[in-house]
Amino acid sequence: MRIGIDVGGTNTDAVVMEGANVIATTKTPTTENVTDGIVRALRTVVEDSKLDVGSLDGVMIGTTHFTNAMVERRRLEPTACIRLGLPATVCLPPLVDWPDELVEAIGRHTYLAHGGHEFDGREISAFDPDEIRKITEEIKSKGINAIAISSVFSPVNSEFETKAAEVVLEVLPDANITLSSTIGRIGLLERENAAVMNACLRNLAAATVASFKEALSAMNISAPAFISQNDGTLMNADFAADYPVLTFASGPTNSMRGAAFLSNLKDAIVVDVGGTTTDVGVLQQGFPRAAATAVTIGGVRTNFRMPDTLSIGLGGGSIVKENPIKVGPQSVGFELTQKAKVFGGNVLTATDIAVAGGRASVGDQGLVSSIDSILVEHVNEKIQEMVSVAIDRMKTSASLVPAVIVGGGSILINDEIEGISEIVKPNHFSVANAIGAAIAQVGGETDRVFSLAEMSRDEALSEAKTEATDRAVSAGARADTVEIVDVEEVPLAYLPGNATRIMVKAVGDLAGDQ
Amino acid sequence: MRILDEKNIEDIALGAAVLGTGGGGDPYIGMLMARKAIRDYGPVELYTLDEFDDDDLIIPTAMMGAPTVMVEKMPNGDDIINAFRSVGKYIGKPIKATMSIEAGGLNSVVPIYVAARERLPMVDCDGMGRAFPELQMVTHTIYGISSTPFAMSDERGNTVLMETISNKWTETFARSVTVNMGAMSMIALYAATVRELKEASIPGTMTKAETIGRTIRSARQQEENPVDTVRESVGGFLVFKGKISDVERRTEAGFAKGDAFLEGIDDYHGQRLQLSFQNEHLAVRIDGEFIVTVPDLIVLLDLDTGEPITTEAMRYGYRVAVIAIPCDNKWRTDKGLELVGPRFFGYDIDYVPVEDRFNSS
Repeated sequence: MRIGIDVGGTNTDAVVMEGANVIATTKTPTTENVTDGIVRALRTVVEDSKLDVGSLDGVMIGTTHFTNAMVERRRLEPTACIRLGLPATVCLPPLVDWPDELVEAIGRHTYLAHGGHEFDGREISAFDPDEIRKITEEIKSKGINAIAISSVFSPVNSEFETKAAEVVLEVLPDANITLSSTIGRIGLLERENAAVMNACLRNLAAATVASFKEALSAMNISAPAFISQNDGTLMNADFAADYPVLTFASGPTNSMRGAAFLSNLKDAIVVDVGGTTTDVGVLQQGFPRAAATAVTIGGVRTNFRMPDTLSIGLGGGSIVKENPIKVGPQSVGFELTQKAKVFGGNVLTATDIAVAGGRASVGDQGLVSSIDSILVEHVNEKIQEMVSVAIDRMKTSASLVPAVIVGGGSILINDEIEGISEIVKPNHFSVANAIGAAIAQVGGETDRVFSLAEMSRDEALSEAKTEATDRAVSAGARADTVEIVDVEEVPLAYLPGNATRIMVKAVGDLAGDQ
Repeated sequence: MRILDEKNIEDIALGAAVLGTGGGGDPYIGMLMARKAIRDYGPVELYTLDEFDDDDLIIPTAMMGAPTVMVEKMPNGDDIINAFRSVGKYIGKPIKATMSIEAGGLNSVVPIYVAARERLPMVDCDGMGRAFPELQMVTHTIYGISSTPFAMSDERGNTVLMETISNKWTETFARSVTVNMGAMSMIALYAATVRELKEASIPGTMTKAETIGRTIRSARQQEENPVDTVRESVGGFLVFKGKISDVERRTEAGFAKGDAFLEGIDDYHGQRLQLSFQNEHLAVRIDGEFIVTVPDLIVLLDLDTGEPITTEAMRYGYRVAVIAIPCDNKWRTDKGLELVGPRFFGYDIDYVPVEDRFNSS
């Protein structure tokens, strides 16, 4: 048995799951004191399911808490950043592209030191412990305890970041240190940004994880607690207290993973039709396809792998215009139940068209019976065309794929879409995030540049796969269940020796869970 | 003369991504460098060639190497200044300004960094009017201007100066030294007098990049269709509207080569377009017939946002407009076509200017 919890900005949802069955679900408002909301949600599902909490294998929590703190610039700790790479990188120091008010929140305590590596593993300059000692003394004198350390090409060789951390701890034994190589990939500024964000969130993370645990012990739950990561896999709660930044964007990921689970599909298009927008994403082997572009969080550029979604201005509340026919992007939004014609309002919306066309029965059908049936037909065609174009854009090939349609606006969508083999509209979708958290596995990733002049492509791939598998196992996966779920190879232009960047992701079931 | 501020630089960087014709490197790092230098040292003055004396010495500056390395091992900043000053010192005359050698992509904005730090003006011209993969592919070569004395510097303080017998040789040597410097180097090259540049360079390209960038930005703000406004602002032609149905990639001799295939939509329904690339877009064939080739500019714009799409980002499902922009007339000479025409890139066909094809049909 597992419990999945989604702590959002508005609602805290919980589900109890036994294997593949959803036993109980609840949706409660998130409270100012996070613990209370979680306890209330837990109490509801535990009572509804008559669950013996002693039989729980784990509690999986997904949260947007840390993303929100970054976006709202609250509860962030003053943070220093030490970058190893001199004499390179001087022209663009740490925090160079951060919004001013965020820099004010954490201070501009940035330091450049010697070290760093070239793409092929050579040292840029020698590591100098005395230099780090001197920098740490200065950080100490400012009363700062949170420190991010980055080093050029640390995804290729993280040795200098580790050495620097050892020296920092000699001077500041209680320092809370984040190494960029532990959270990011190639792209120094983006990886370093993530490390700094992580360092400034560590206090908040420690307090939040403590309140999660408090909620569990209030419910007499002794099963281990896990937190969802942005790639849809789990980390244990204590690890999450050290790496809060890894929870960024876990919300959309959990939602898509939940959709995959509810529909029993591993490879599918997910169409989430809301009130104002429709978000289309792609599931590959049960995981969302990651976006290739840089992702900005709270105005800071990162290179986290976020789910690749396409958002179009079509939803249940989309305003319909005639001559020429246009649906959205303007929407009546949450005022649908006052403004739409079926609810007695005077705005023609996509929902009115669905009701008039007999595809849905909400509100008063009589209020839309006077709409010209040819108009209804044309608008409906337009809506289906918008959806099929969006789906087609997200597909990776021309072959037919199934689609999972979820969300309150899913009544707009016909039972057939061009290019789609089968349409699934699952139950329980309103708690998909919590379900996505509950079913999550444990993962490991590697992202390195290999020289194919020195080894064959197969050797490089197998080395990368072994590395990713080892990381999954050390993160808590059961070795016999680990599978490679994603392999990406990018040949690098202008580099000698057929340099190729290889990214591999492995996932497995949680150890101790049957 | 006019002043370049932070907003101008962001517009230039966005427009330069269009002129990059799918390549040229992501202008983001260069844009940050230029913006930081302007914040630290003050704004940069942009001059036209007419505002200088004919004997004034201008030295272009640029970054050379692998885009993947540039996002990880950023420059020191002194390195590009070292390269710039070394060429001036070798020539023994005062340098009056710097300029971009490649208006497409990253190297459009890198010289703004040099201009701000050296408190020198930047010239509103370049040597390509777009991006190309190799160093000798500049209009300077057509007019016999040597890329040497050529200086390349790394962040450690090393500077390599070279004299070569041809610009192609400079490319060959510079490529291997760049690898030793960590797959990235900062370079100064093609030193020339204003008199020479009036003949050999492509004027107005910084302003052109900026206009394109500003057009995209304001079209987005006003929710207009950026594709049409961008096409109009560059005097380009709409070649095709379609959906990418397949992308084939391969690496040959360090270059990212391949073909993308597009299925036509709207007025182009039923037609099939083949787009060939080598770092940048090289040639467009519709139903097997060559329609646009180098040196004319082939640009892919996202149909909804007007965002230029790089060769690396192309993938199945993207809905794009293919726009062709006439290249500068200097590229349409025998010498120009020998350097960058379709035959240089392995297509055994004669070059036909894009406007001839579209105005006659």
